[in-house]
Amino acid sequence: MPDHMSDTIPFSAAPHVRLGSSSGQPITRRDGVLKVTGAATYAADNHPAGMLHAVIAVSTIARGRVASLDVAAAKAHPGVVEVITPANRPPLALDPDVKHGMFGFRFDALQNDRVRYAKQPIAVVVAQTLEAATEGARLLSPTYEIEPARIGFDGGEHFDPPMVSIGAPPNFDRGDLAAGLSAAAHLIDTHYETPAQYHNAMEPHAIVAEWDSDRLTIDTPNQAIVMMRGAFAEFFDVPAENVHLRSPFLGGGFGSKAIMAGPHILCILAARMLRRPVKLVLPRDQMYGPVGHRGATQQHLRLGLDAEGRLTALEHHALATTSSFDDFIEAAANASHNLYASPAISTRHRAVRVDIGTPGPMRAPGEASGSAALECALDEAAAACGIDPLEMRLRNYADIDPATGRPYSAKALRACYAQGAERFGWAGRPLAPRQMRCDAGHLIGWGMGSALFPAPMFQAEARATLRADGTALVETAGADMGQGAWTVLAQIAADGLGLDIEKIEFRSGSSDLPDGGVAGGSGHTATAGSALHNAGTDAIAKLAEIAANDPASPLFGTGNAGVEARNGRLYHRSDRSRSESYGDILARAGLATIEGNGKGGRDPAAAEARAMFSHGAVFAEVKVDPDLGQVRVTRLVGAFAAGRIINPRLARSQLYGGMIWGLSFALHEEAIHDRRSGRIINADLAGYHIPVHADIPEMEALLIDEDDPYVNGLGIKGVGEIGITGTVGAIANAIWHATGVRVRRFPIRIEDLIG
Amino acid sequence: MPLSISLVVNGVRKDVVLEDPRVTLLDLLRERVGLTGTKKGCDRGQCGACTVLVDGRRINACLALAVSLDGADVLTIEGLAKGGQLDPVQAAFIAHDGFQCGFCTPGQIMSAVGLIREGEAGDDPERIREGMSGNLCRCGAYVGIIEAVRDARKQLAISANEDRRVA
Ligand code: FES
Ligand code: FES
Repeated sequence: MPDHMSDTIPFSAAPHVRLGSSSGQPITRRDGVLKVTGAATYAADNHPAGMLHAVIAVSTIARGRVASLDVAAAKAHPGVVEVITPANRPPLALDPDVKHGMFGFRFDALQNDRVRYAKQPIAVVVAQTLEAATEGARLLSPTYEIEPARIGFDGGEHFDPPMVSIGAPPNFDRGDLAAGLSAAAHLIDTHYETPAQYHNAMEPHAIVAEWDSDRLTIDTPNQAIVMMRGAFAEFFDVPAENVHLRSPFLGGGFGSKAIMAGPHILCILAARMLRRPVKLVLPRDQMYGPVGHRGATQQHLRLGLDAEGRLTALEHHALATTSSFDDFIEAAANASHNLYASPAISTRHRAVRVDIGTPGPMRAPGEASGSAALECALDEAAAACGIDPLEMRLRNYADIDPATGRPYSAKALRACYAQGAERFGWAGRPLAPRQMRCDAGHLIGWGMGSALFPAPMFQAEARATLRADGTALVETAGADMGQGAWTVLAQIAADGLGLDIEKIEFRSGSSDLPDGGVAGGSGHTATAGSALHNAGTDAIAKLAEIAANDPASPLFGTGNAGVEARNGRLYHRSDRSRSESYGDILARAGLATIEGNGKGGRDPAAAEARAMFSHGAVFAEVKVDPDLGQVRVTRLVGAFAAGRIINPRLARSQLYGGMIWGLSFALHEEAIHDRRSGRIINADLAGYHIPVHADIPEMEALLIDEDDPYVNGLGIKGVGEIGITGTVGAIANAIWHATGVRVRRFPIRIEDLIG
Repeated sequence: MPLSISLVVNGVRKDVVLEDPRVTLLDLLRERVGLTGTKKGCDRGQCGACTVLVDGRRINACLALAVSLDGADVLTIEGLAKGGQLDPVQAAFIAHDGFQCGFCTPGQIMSAVGLIREGEAGDDPERIREGMSGNLCRCGAYVGIIEAVRDARKQLAISANEDRRVA
């Protein structure tokens, strides 16, 4: 068996289609060849010499204690090397029941025999083969002291959470809600319910851990490589530099791979205990417990409107499920803060403790659930006022951010509405429902929704090294989970260095590189991209200084501001005949390389002065069989304005992906709990539905020009999550328009539409 | 009791001693033969990430016990490119951005190769979608995948015609 441990994969000459130089060009993915040939290495593809396989045994109850485990039977199975239970689990340097840091979650790593959700790890079996470990885990035949499971909104204790999502305040008030409601000509008072959803990245969580005395190498898909390296180091009491986390490719993340969970820790523990490399890959059903999900919500909205359909008050309350032992709360109501102008806005969050694994951030956390309810409620308001849904949104257009009163850094939402509607053919939509049918007699409906997602930035660092041969090495520990970081970040780096992208060797996805920050919150391209660009301009500035001080250079005497970097040469800004190649400058200075460093992060003054969001509008057409209630989404058109688009081909794919998640939210996804046992009864990909090819309509994602001078120097926002928002409401509203039935619980089912 | 089987994987004969009859074709490829291009998304026949061709037919490698495949001819994603040249289906996936994270991609591509060879779906997008529906993509790269399959099918049909003319 060869050693498949791969190091960071450098891309220097991956073939791709190039239509021009770098940013703004729809070049194909630089990792494309690796991905279509099976050569891209994901964590579970690693197989270091001497490796053992670990399989976790999980609880089949949701609350109680493990009374017994038949460790002897498991150990007697041929090939089983060790069984780890709370009785023999080696100590950890930190307590998994204490939160560590902003992104720390409490988790289960065999610290005791307590069970607090179904599919919680209760033992680990390590064996020579996967088959033996799997059978060993089965042979443990646990018995339990069972306590009744607390499941559902009415199943557990309600409480006022001190914060929601990650560090956000739970409540918000602006303006006089009571006055706004009493002044209203129309009042919409409505409830929506969204289910628990599971990330279900196609790549299950996986980790390969190998210790070499007190040095640890881990291969695991991760969205925040350097931060997570530090967290792992703390749990095992080794210096952060001793941990090498490699994550060149993630097979999807969607938020679930940004956090540390019990299985990671257990695999690393097993490897240390047995002094052998260990691989642990979660079977699909174990993805429905210890690795996060989107919490279920019940939302209550009250909209006051004047006679013309303008909001006089907007109230949005959300109740969200969380676990019995930690506090991630889906911040659904916050979706009402920044989209529609209302003199009064009030939002509240409550939470309910139930016996499930702790929820976490899942693609568009808060926004997805909240936008679903808000966009439907606004559609209800449009119907009550007798106004076209698009006109309704224009009447409530916010020219300044309703939550803060700040101007937007840029907001091309009007253009999104106009171009999306034009492309879809929205004009002429009948106001009343049940007015359109196709030749087959199916009801046709058109609906729309507004899309909005914040444009945050985190912190990132990068390094750029120009080489005498005219190429450059650029480095940051970024994460590519499918959004295209390998390509897009290299495009930005190329522009920072004034080099053709072919000359760029990009290293990423490994914790020994400069901290690339978090791939999450739709802020990775902006943050890591800014760091890379700044590193490039830093290297160029140093190069320019050398040239300016070198009497032999044609650029002698030119200050840094007086030169421009393009195609591997520095040019005098006002005299183009004066130029010199990077290689010549370095060679005469006797340098093999020159290094630049850069950071990415938000300018705090800009953050205080402006509200920063991506915007969009989504239009949906559905066909509904009036007899069978079967819904088909037949067309989806989204128009999105998200600042400067670095790579339209890849951005469009992100938006399609988000819109498909919206379709999934509206019609497919739901984890169904058995209230008696507390188990999820559809914890697999046959029972937990996500869209398949046959569910996908004709789709279009329009990229609307938007120049955002404030969001960051590059004008970049994000496109990874916004596609879900707007789409859920658009589809639900189209179903109402087709059938006249307003369904207030997601996903919308056949039985909601017939009878 | 160890069992010996022999199969042809990507044109290369492999004699394998199976120490355990429970080994699936997928785990044989991934953990014993070192061909990790084929992915495991569910191990239950529910996602298609493990799709390979066995004797020319698409199967889920996670549902096939390796012992039952003595003498079989297996084609995996690693065997598709010939002489450093991408298969037209692979090239079309890149051109149409038919993937994001890439984890479902080996399965999607092998499924597309199988579907095109089956010749049933033609150029009808509805039938292609139906024929590809055993391959889930959580990233939602479906739009590009269908474009890629149609494009590749067209190119393969053109080159088959040219071959016929030459023959
Ligand atoms: S891994 Fe075989 S179908 Fe999912
Ligand atoms: S590309 Fe990520 S699952 Fe298909």
